[in-house]
Amino acid sequence: MSDPTLFQYVLGLADDQLVLGHRLSQWTGRAPILEEELALGNIALDLIGQARGLYQYAGALEGAGRDEDALAYHRDARGYLNLTLVEQPNGDFAQTIARQLFYTAMALPFWQAMTASTDQRLAAVAAKAEKETAYHLRHATEWTARLGDGTDESHRRMQAAINQLWAFTGELFEMIAAEAGLAAAGIAPDRKTLRAAWDRTIDATLSDASLTRPDDSWMAEGGRDGLHGEDLGHMLAEMQSLQRMHPGLQW
Amino acid sequence: MVVATETAWAAVSSVSDPELPPLTIADLGVLRGVDADASGRIIVRITPTYSGCPAMTVIQMEIETALAKAGIKNARVETELAPAWSSADISAEGRAKLAHMGIAPPPGPGASVTCPRCESTVTEELSRFGATACKSLWRCTSCLEPFEAFKAL
Ligand SMILES: [Zn+2]
Repeated sequence: MSDPTLFQYVLGLADDQLVLGHRLSQWTGRAPILEEELALGNIALDLIGQARGLYQYAGALEGAGRDEDALAYHRDARGYLNLTLVEQPNGDFAQTIARQLFYTAMALPFWQAMTASTDQRLAAVAAKAEKETAYHLRHATEWTARLGDGTDESHRRMQAAINQLWAFTGELFEMIAAEAGLAAAGIAPDRKTLRAAWDRTIDATLSDASLTRPDDSWMAEGGRDGLHGEDLGHMLAEMQSLQRMHPGLQW
Repeated sequence: MVVATETAWAAVSSVSDPELPPLTIADLGVLRGVDADASGRIIVRITPTYSGCPAMTVIQMEIETALAKAGIKNARVETELAPAWSSADISAEGRAKLAHMGIAPPPGPGASVTCPRCESTVTEELSRFGATACKSLWRCTSCLEPFEAFKAL
């Protein structure tokens, strides 16, 4: 089986889940409270589990013998096709929550739409991801409200995080060249149709949290073409160090 | 052939979930089926509760061990995602074992979580995320005891 177009698309989805999952796993041992230690770790596990299913499929679509580990551990940042939003550093807890909110408000309608994909492997991954993502979104919206309506300091930080990450939200609805064809074939959701649901979630959450929606201005792009900030390189260097030193190492 | 699949089922259905040892993978609905292919090779089908469930690797190894002990060679364990696992797949026996462990079984649609100690339905959620992906933290407002609940998924 070799399908370069679908391979590239599925690889981008897998990279979104892995990069965000790895970012969240970096909170392990550093979360503000024990409850969050468990929550962020569980969300990270869900995302990495979803990534594995997608990498296994991507490997089959590529047909070049690369398995999930080869795809995750033996590509450098230039080869990663994730959205630039998910690679943004954890920052303070508010920045992590803003990143979760922006991504997950897109991911929930995305996976819901994907459950109807004509591609059975993608529909199967989506059916699990949809249920898990619903929990992740509740986590993000509740924390946004708690921080936005909390103290002056938590409100200031939450608004600063929203403002800082806003420039990475335009890319959530960008389609790669091949994606329009996949959408027309019923394989992939049309990202433009996700925008209304995202706007509703974001507007309701921000207003509930007494936060202000930033004005649209310059938007980052290029993640799907492998153009990333240097933070992703640092993250991958740490994540991949063991496999780079001992290729093929197994536990 | 039928005898081989029955032997295989008997061997693998008693494999425990490493995170909830009193429950077997059959109780949880993680074990989907045991079949034989045209050549007589045994195929065990399992499904993960959560996409990232770290217990799946251990479960797969324990299935292989259980088959080997039962004298079944050359079997294959397949993971299937569709249809997605649901907490409604937990058997009545599995639900009873959860309650016995002090873990509230997953509530049905619209139902409230029942305290596993005093059976009160007046309970409140403390955190949606517990020690494992499949559990959340609750407190009973009648007996005031905190407890874990298996999440409805
Ligand atoms: Zn009670």
